[in-house]
Amino acid sequence: MTTMNQLSVRAVSRTFTGPRGQSTQALLPVDFEVRENDFVTILGPSGCGKSTLLRIVGGLDFPSTGQVLLDGQPVLGPGADRGMVFQSYTLFPWLTIEQNIRFGLRERGMPEAQQKERAAYFIAKVGLRGFEQHYPKQLSGGMQQRTAIARALANDPKILLMDEPFGALDNQTRVLMQELLLGIWEAERKTVMFVTHDIDEAIFMANRVAVFSARPGRIKSEIAVDLPHPRHYTIKTSPEFMELKARLTEEIRAESMAADLH
Amino acid sequence: MQATTTTAPSPVTAPAATAQAPAAPRPRRWMAPLEPVGPQARWLLGAGFFVVFVAVWAAATLGGFVSPTFLASPMTMLREGWLLFTEFNFLHDIGMTVWRVVGGFLLAAVVAVPLGICMGAWKPIEAFLEPFVSFCRYLPASAFIPLLILWAGIGEAQKLLVIFIGSVFQIILMVAVTVGSARRDLVEAAYTLGAGNRGVVLRVLIPGAAPGIAETLRLVLGWAWTYIIVAELIGSSSGIGHMIVDSQALLNTGQIIFGIIVIGVIGLISDFLFKAVNRRLFAWSTL
Repeated sequence: MTTMNQLSVRAVSRTFTGPRGQSTQALLPVDFEVRENDFVTILGPSGCGKSTLLRIVGGLDFPSTGQVLLDGQPVLGPGADRGMVFQSYTLFPWLTIEQNIRFGLRERGMPEAQQKERAAYFIAKVGLRGFEQHYPKQLSGGMQQRTAIARALANDPKILLMDEPFGALDNQTRVLMQELLLGIWEAERKTVMFVTHDIDEAIFMANRVAVFSARPGRIKSEIAVDLPHPRHYTIKTSPEFMELKARLTEEIRAESMAADLH
Repeated sequence: MQATTTTAPSPVTAPAATAQAPAAPRPRRWMAPLEPVGPQARWLLGAGFFVVFVAVWAAATLGGFVSPTFLASPMTMLREGWLLFTEFNFLHDIGMTVWRVVGGFLLAAVVAVPLGICMGAWKPIEAFLEPFVSFCRYLPASAFIPLLILWAGIGEAQKLLVIFIGSVFQIILMVAVTVGSARRDLVEAAYTLGAGNRGVVLRVLIPGAAPGIAETLRLVLGWAWTYIIVAELIGSSSGIGHMIVDSQALLNTGQIIFGIIVIGVIGLISDFLFKAVNRRLFAWSTL
């Protein structure tokens, strides 16, 4: 089962219609497969449509053509089987950290004792013990995103969709969050689809990097990352890492220049 | 307020503890725009204007610049006020007015809040009702008084209906806007966590809009006070507005002014209470 494609994106394209009827093609038809337990990063310049693709997989946006299959079933809308972590801080401000993490469990009608147990487990996992009763606004950006990750994981989704979740964090926090997420992935082996424009981030966490072209987006190339696990941050200075980085930098540079001309 | 760093299991992302450092006296820039004012100075300034106001009033009346027929002095006003309570059972009038305002307002809130939430959450309902409600909002509540007297007589029902008409459309529209401007990303996050449409309305839209709805109610309660007096000026046998009309017939400006001041004070108290309750209920929104 582990080699099966869990997620299939088939000829998915997206065209937006503007207010005066003009249409913009955000996404050219994309074919893309994600295996179970895979960690795939989608790397591309800003505005290339990579987030659009992720939102379509999440069911928050709809493809103009093509379809998305999860375990063979077409995706028709958002659901608990595809957990999502956004770039913006999307914790519910009226709920405490613990209540935020329990949100999905509560929607599912899980007994309260079980909800609390599960929330406590994931709070510990993301290192937020002692902050259960805080409100989101009382926490730093990095802590809020850790809560968002715990909230998505607590729901036990089949696949975790992450839309530049560390994009708004400062560089140091961001690096630590990458290590935290990678550590969780190494322990839990969730399927992850992670969108980013940061090359280091894309290589460090992924088994595979899909490079997006400038708008209209399409997958330009896919590069396997065969660095061993568990990965330590020192891997970022290894020759293998540098080589991958050089290659991806070239790929992205061409696309960024193309994007700049539009 | 940032999280205290003492309990942080990982010091990594905890922000620098600036709270621990002793606060250095910050030089205040005199009359610089947007420069905050201290709590004590704010209180003094606020009370100061009342003092200035009463002083000007006293100077105008006691100094003989204005005829006592048209404007009573502060002293006369206080004396008349005392008489109102001791001789004319003014407490009963106050009670009646407060009851009418609160009753009509609660009636309006019970109807308008759920309707406003539905309009904010479901766009077809909004498209259906919004034009009509917007139209009704501009109808002056006082213009309905003759009609309401015709329908409901001059009893309590008429007074309550004036308040109701004056408040209900305002609340509906403001609640609809508050609910409709919910953060899209929170709604999307709820959907990806497995919430259904019902869950999104009950556990995302409503709690998210609750502080705004409470603030709307506070504002509209203030407006309700302005309608009740008009309702009591016509066809009424009790209430502060009724007392004011009676006093006008007797040229007792002291009582009129006292009545107006009482309305202001009650308004201020209710506003203060409302604010305090909102702060308690929705502590998260002011963090």
